Amino acid sequence: MSVAFLIARREFSSYFRSWIGPVLVAGTLLVDGLLFYWLNGLDQKRLSGEVLQQFFYNASGPTMIAAILLTIRVLAEERQTGTMILLSTSPVKDRDIVIGKFLAAYGVLALTTLLSVYMPAWLFVHGKVAVGHIVVGYAGLLLLGAALTAVGVFGSALASSQVVALVVSAVLAAVFVLLWMVAKATEPPLNQYLGALAVHHENFRPFMQGILQPSGVVFYLVFTYAFLFASVKVLEARRWQ
Amino acid sequence: MIEIQELYKYYGDQRAVGPLTTNIERGEIIGLLGLNGAGKTTTLRILACDLLPTSGSVKVAGVDVVERPDEVKSKVGYLPDRPPLYEDQTVSDYLTFAARLRGVPGHKTQKLVAEAVELTELGDVAKKVIGALSHGYKQRVGIAQAIVHAPELVVLDEPISGLDPVQIVEMRELVKNLKGDHTVVLSSHILSEISETCDRIMVINSGKIEWSGTESELSLALRQGSRISVTVRVSGASEDAALARATEIAQRVPGVSAVDAAASSETGPGVASISVRGEGDLREALCRALVEANVGVIALGREQELESMFLELLGESGEGAPVRRKKKRRKEEAEAPAPSPSEGGAA
Repeated sequence: MSVAFLIARREFSSYFRSWIGPVLVAGTLLVDGLLFYWLNGLDQKRLSGEVLQQFFYNASGPTMIAAILLTIRVLAEERQTGTMILLSTSPVKDRDIVIGKFLAAYGVLALTTLLSVYMPAWLFVHGKVAVGHIVVGYAGLLLLGAALTAVGVFGSALASSQVVALVVSAVLAAVFVLLWMVAKATEPPLNQYLGALAVHHENFRPFMQGILQPSGVVFYLVFTYAFLFASVKVLEARRWQ
Repeated sequence: MIEIQELYKYYGDQRAVGPLTTNIERGEIIGLLGLNGAGKTTTLRILACDLLPTSGSVKVAGVDVVERPDEVKSKVGYLPDRPPLYEDQTVSDYLTFAARLRGVPGHKTQKLVAEAVELTELGDVAKKVIGALSHGYKQRVGIAQAIVHAPELVVLDEPISGLDPVQIVEMRELVKNLKGDHTVVLSSHILSEISETCDRIMVINSGKIEWSGTESELSLALRQGSRISVTVRVSGASEDAALARATEIAQRVPGVSAVDAAASSETGPGVASISVRGEGDLREALCRALVEANVGVIALGREQELESMFLELLGESGEGAPVRRKKKRRKEEAEAPAPSPSEGGAA
């Protein structure tokens, strides 16, 4: 595990040695702020709880996009620049490589997400919202971010270039986000299974409302684990080619 | 140090290496010599545990690369043909990361990094970002990462590729300095480079070791039966008379099997050129015989350089060889599956 942290630390700092980290953090926060200002109707009389719920809904989009953009490079770039060979010829498990890359990208995403806390804090000061609602909402954003980060790592493991990684990850993310629409068009019991697999709609909504559902937490953790596990298997398979 | 038994590596139906059997002793510098596509890179990647063999056994310091790859990896330092460098890091940060990745404990890391920096003469640029360094320095950083964990075996794939003449000389010295502490296996398709640096040369062709021996043994093997070109000047004689006299003397030299007239690059009264074929290296005997007979020797040398004789050893000689080779390679490329970028153009 210490090797995974070693890889994560190098990767995390490399985000901030290039333009990628600062631009993604600033860009995501800018979009979050603009959506908070424009879409929440702060000039109208609304319940603070509703505004907070809308904030978490608005923030989920930029969080998912940032997760994909942060992860496209993690393995595809290593392969493109030839540095993957440093990892593959070191006594490092593929599992450690995947966990290290995931932790680095997720670290940047979590930092970005938590930096947006000034908006709910503003509501807390000027309105009437429960701290629990804020905490649960952020837990939802962080779990959603972890799931999409895992999808991005998987896309990056599959692809040999960052462009391909972006396309693969974006398509996978779109499929899992839009599954609820497919669920609406299908008959029971298939619609229940498809709806339960949707990464955003049914599983994220309770978090937005400040309701902590254990099933939602389990869903995101299993979803994240499944994609990280698949990423490890992709790396192992490449060695046998 | 290295035991390879009946090693085979296939990419799909395409055989890249095999059958390959050899042993390498501890402390040797071994040069793997072969044309592009001969199987050098694939062999080195298997030694570095970056690829798994299709069949056969490969052991490094008695440890099997398939059964205990992590143990082998900690004993091996590998420099691929393109150094695996994080260009946004400084040299010392990168080497520290590489050392820790190879399992060097924290308290030993700085000492080993300092030693690698000293050996590769990177002290001046240790705090510089790798992306800002020249190609020669990047290659040095590549070697430094391969030796930073004090491995028993250092594997270098085309270490002089893309270097200028000054950098080549420096790199040669650097590789020689590794001898003693490490066993070194390096690859190249340049015969002169391998012969300058290595204790033993292995000529690899189509994934098999065609020949193995020291530089002098290889040189002797290559020079057997080679042609010698001689240009002479006989004072006061015509060109034809000079040719006849040189031919007569050369034919009397033991070991000479054929003497022919040759086109001369030199002209003038009494100047002629002959081409001599025979057993072994006849240059000294031929020169002595001509001089003792009062025939002036203006020029004397092998008609082929080592590189072209090396091609002969691989069965690639003759006027049609380059064309045949191109056709053969095109056919192989058409049949072979396209290598993924991650393979880095595996040979």
